[in-house]
Amino acid sequence: MQKISIDPITRLEGHGRIDIFLNDEGDVANAYMVIPELRGFEKFAEGRLVEEMNDITPRICGVCPEAHHMAATKACDAVYHVDPPPTAKKLRELFYSAFYVADHTVHFYILAAPDFVLGPDAPPAQRNILGLIHKVGVETGTAVIQARGKAMDIVGALGGRKVHPTFGVPGGVAKKITEEERAQFEKTARELVDFALFSLQLFKDVVLKNKAYVDLILSEAFTMPTYYMGTVDANNKVNFYDGKVRVVGPDGKEFVKYSPNEYLEVVAERVEPWTYLKFPYLKKVGWKGLVAGKDSGVYQATPLSRLNAADGMATPRAQEAYEEFYATLGGKPVHHTLATHWARLIELLYAAERLLELSTDPEITNPHVRNLPTEKPTEGVGIVEAPRGTLTHHYVTDERGVVKKANLIVGTTNNYAPIAIAVRQAAQAVIKKGVITEGILNRVEMAFRSYDPCFGCATHTLTGQMPLEVRIFDANGVLKEVLERE
Amino acid sequence: MGQNGKLKLGLYWAASCGGCEIAVVELREKLLIVDQVADIVFWPVATDFKYKDVEAYPDGYMDVCFFNGAIRTSENEHLAHLLRKKSKILVAFGSCAYEGCIPGLANLFDRESIFRRVYLESESVDNPNKVVPQTTYQMPEGEIHIPKFYNTVKTLAQVTDVDYFLPGCPPQDPQIWAVIEAIVAGKLPPKGSVVGANEKTVCDECKHVREEKKIKKFYRYHEIIPDSTKCLFDQGIICAGPATRGGCGALCTKVDIPCRGCYGPPPNVCDQGASLLAAVASVVDADTEEDARRIVSEILDPVGTFYRFSLPASLLHRARLS
Amino acid sequence: MSGNGRFEPRIVAFLCNWCTYTAADTAGVSRMKQPPNVDIIRVMCTGRIDPVFVLKAFAEGADGVIVSGCHPPGDCHYNNGNYKTFRRMPLVEALLQQYGIEEGRFHWGWISGAEAPKWAELTREFTEQVRKLGPLNWKQQFASKED
Ligand code: SF4
Ligand code: SF4
Ligand code: SF4
Ligand code: FES
Repeated sequence: MQKISIDPITRLEGHGRIDIFLNDEGDVANAYMVIPELRGFEKFAEGRLVEEMNDITPRICGVCPEAHHMAATKACDAVYHVDPPPTAKKLRELFYSAFYVADHTVHFYILAAPDFVLGPDAPPAQRNILGLIHKVGVETGTAVIQARGKAMDIVGALGGRKVHPTFGVPGGVAKKITEEERAQFEKTARELVDFALFSLQLFKDVVLKNKAYVDLILSEAFTMPTYYMGTVDANNKVNFYDGKVRVVGPDGKEFVKYSPNEYLEVVAERVEPWTYLKFPYLKKVGWKGLVAGKDSGVYQATPLSRLNAADGMATPRAQEAYEEFYATLGGKPVHHTLATHWARLIELLYAAERLLELSTDPEITNPHVRNLPTEKPTEGVGIVEAPRGTLTHHYVTDERGVVKKANLIVGTTNNYAPIAIAVRQAAQAVIKKGVITEGILNRVEMAFRSYDPCFGCATHTLTGQMPLEVRIFDANGVLKEVLERE
Repeated sequence: MGQNGKLKLGLYWAASCGGCEIAVVELREKLLIVDQVADIVFWPVATDFKYKDVEAYPDGYMDVCFFNGAIRTSENEHLAHLLRKKSKILVAFGSCAYEGCIPGLANLFDRESIFRRVYLESESVDNPNKVVPQTTYQMPEGEIHIPKFYNTVKTLAQVTDVDYFLPGCPPQDPQIWAVIEAIVAGKLPPKGSVVGANEKTVCDECKHVREEKKIKKFYRYHEIIPDSTKCLFDQGIICAGPATRGGCGALCTKVDIPCRGCYGPPPNVCDQGASLLAAVASVVDADTEEDARRIVSEILDPVGTFYRFSLPASLLHRARLS
Repeated sequence: MSGNGRFEPRIVAFLCNWCTYTAADTAGVSRMKQPPNVDIIRVMCTGRIDPVFVLKAFAEGADGVIVSGCHPPGDCHYNNGNYKTFRRMPLVEALLQQYGIEEGRFHWGWISGAEAPKWAELTREFTEQVRKLGPLNWKQQFASKED
């Protein structure tokens, strides 16, 4: 038996590695996506003041700290049985929408776009953000940097630090906004709507008009039917900040719709001895191992999943884009994981449009942004849609609001099983009879990029490719060959 | 320095949240300037250099290496030693590498209790066979290894020699930029210095107006709507400003949230928590022992409050191992 | 450990010059019965005792720590140094508890210059108490390279 390691791949809230085992025929016996890291937030939350959790848990991930901040803040509302004033909820959603614009921008342009705009076969040295800027022009490149920056400036204006902002408090938000700030947010929002529309157009021009790309998106290697999870509003439209979590089956039919405090009836987690990360799955379907399909509890929680799980988008232009998406890809649900990039851009447009709606809302400058909790703290669950999946925070406190138990199901973790399956599929597709081509690097890399951009990380900036390395060991564990991208 | 006159720069994350990397991205257009003055020779999240490449570099090959993240596992420690060897200047970048940061609060527990919570007792886990991850595990196809999870989170300086410390969770981009400029200009202070921060406290940068503090009751910040012109601490909200090094521009207090201390202790303070504890005690308005006890007994999580960012670097480093 | 295998705790006492140190001095001069385990560090006033002193003592190997000075309200030579102490020390206690350092390893209180027997008694009782708790060995928890 041969063993191949791809080490390191980059981040899943840290580090990752792939171990591939070949059988005697040289085919892939199995491939394991190993997460060699744990930090134990669930444990050291114990003994902390519950209202501090929205400052503590964001350190799980500095790529999407706003998501942890919001999930924790909402869990605290629930713990204290306090309902924030309407303006506070809107401000939280405004803050969150600005973050979504920044985050989705980074992922599309820095991670995905080099593959498509420059092409998967472009020389790696050019397949990066700098090469991208070269191809699309400095003007566009600068526009991207600035759009992201302006969205982050809204986050900073409300939350102090731009990375690890602190804005929410149990019962509301810490800061009200002035008319001057509102006007600035509105101006930014208008620019960001245009930017989102531009991005969608770019995707259509570059990807959808190119048959090779469309074929790639539709190809078997990048197709994986599973359950799909996402948060929806009262009208079953996609929502990032609040609502119920809806799960649809591989057939697109609603499987379950649940409130945050019911999450334990729906989701369970599997522990494997060879990795530090747990595998969430749908409890009612059950854990059937790392397999896709209707009989396996494996689900995905990605931009594509959110679109699949919803009936549409709550803003007009995003809704148009949503309809076009399904019309082009042959109806709901879409199982082509590379379509996630397109879905992400539709969400980008929604986030920008929502940011505009909120920043022009007459109530948004209302100074009443906090209700002080009056009830005894007990227990609460808070859920938001992190860009990388449904994020659940659950706290149990004593009567003084000190955390006794904390449970967290983190965005990226939801997708651990599908990613692991995708990686194995990719390995099996490209490694045959002991022949290991460089293609594995690209295939495997594209497999995770579509599933989970956090693997590439928002900061995966300059070259636009994963630092992959394949090490091939003989049966005695002696290194025989190292394959890596030039 | 390379033949082209450009600096050789490395960036690495150990047990990190990635926020320090985003803080570098926050340099925005300035990143392109960095690209002009430095060759990045190792940055796993951004470039294609491998561990193997680093191993092959001659010792001291990198002029500067920014190391973010704490030492949580054996793999983190291994990389810390390797990068020390390959770098002329090793910078502990951000609170995790400098002082252990929020993830360092795990030092109130140990490996066993963390594993028990995460893998066995968590409400959503379904684990009838009581499986926990093993550093070496025999799968049907062969062995899989994962790094050892240590009992204790350590700072970078606790495992290797560090030249400079750049505080903040994360460091703020103007400060990162100032440090890069100092490096390029060859104007770094003596080895062992804190860089990218100020010599005073956060209070010195804070706009809230301070008066003489006298506190009969401490408030948790969800219990009170503070007057946003006055010092939060004066209003009974514990604020780490007086026990924290300036440099961020008092960002949190700008939005009426107390400072939690992410820039670490001010100059000449060896234990940030003890310093904040003393600051808190000094404002207690009590003339009898009983009163004092009653007032401070409302502080329910002293370690989590005083050592939010600095437990691993503190005098005691961690809670007692059973 | 002493010759007979009994654990001999190491105790560090921070005493203010004007009250408890005077008491300790008298107890010594009068040859009151006192265990040899207590190392005294004289400070001018308990108000000078930074919480860091206590933490550092434990970190450097003390098995127990005593802080003692002049009775409040009026005895402190500097008026209100002891007020500082009674505002600080309950927090230090709470902190030590979170660190897993047993309550019995830390004592703070007041002994005036006239209370030498009380000091001698405190040293005997406290030493026994800490002896029962056993060695703290703070540094040893970091001795293993692995962890
Ligand atoms: S210092 Fe803060 S931002 Fe940097 S890695 Fe640590 S937790 Fe993340
Ligand atoms: S204590 Fe806090 S609020 Fe008061 S001046 Fe200092 S930093 Fe500002
Ligand atoms: S105010 Fe305090 S916690 Fe906030 S960024 Fe500055 S140093 Fe960090
Ligand atoms: S002089 Fe004794 S306590 Fe102040």
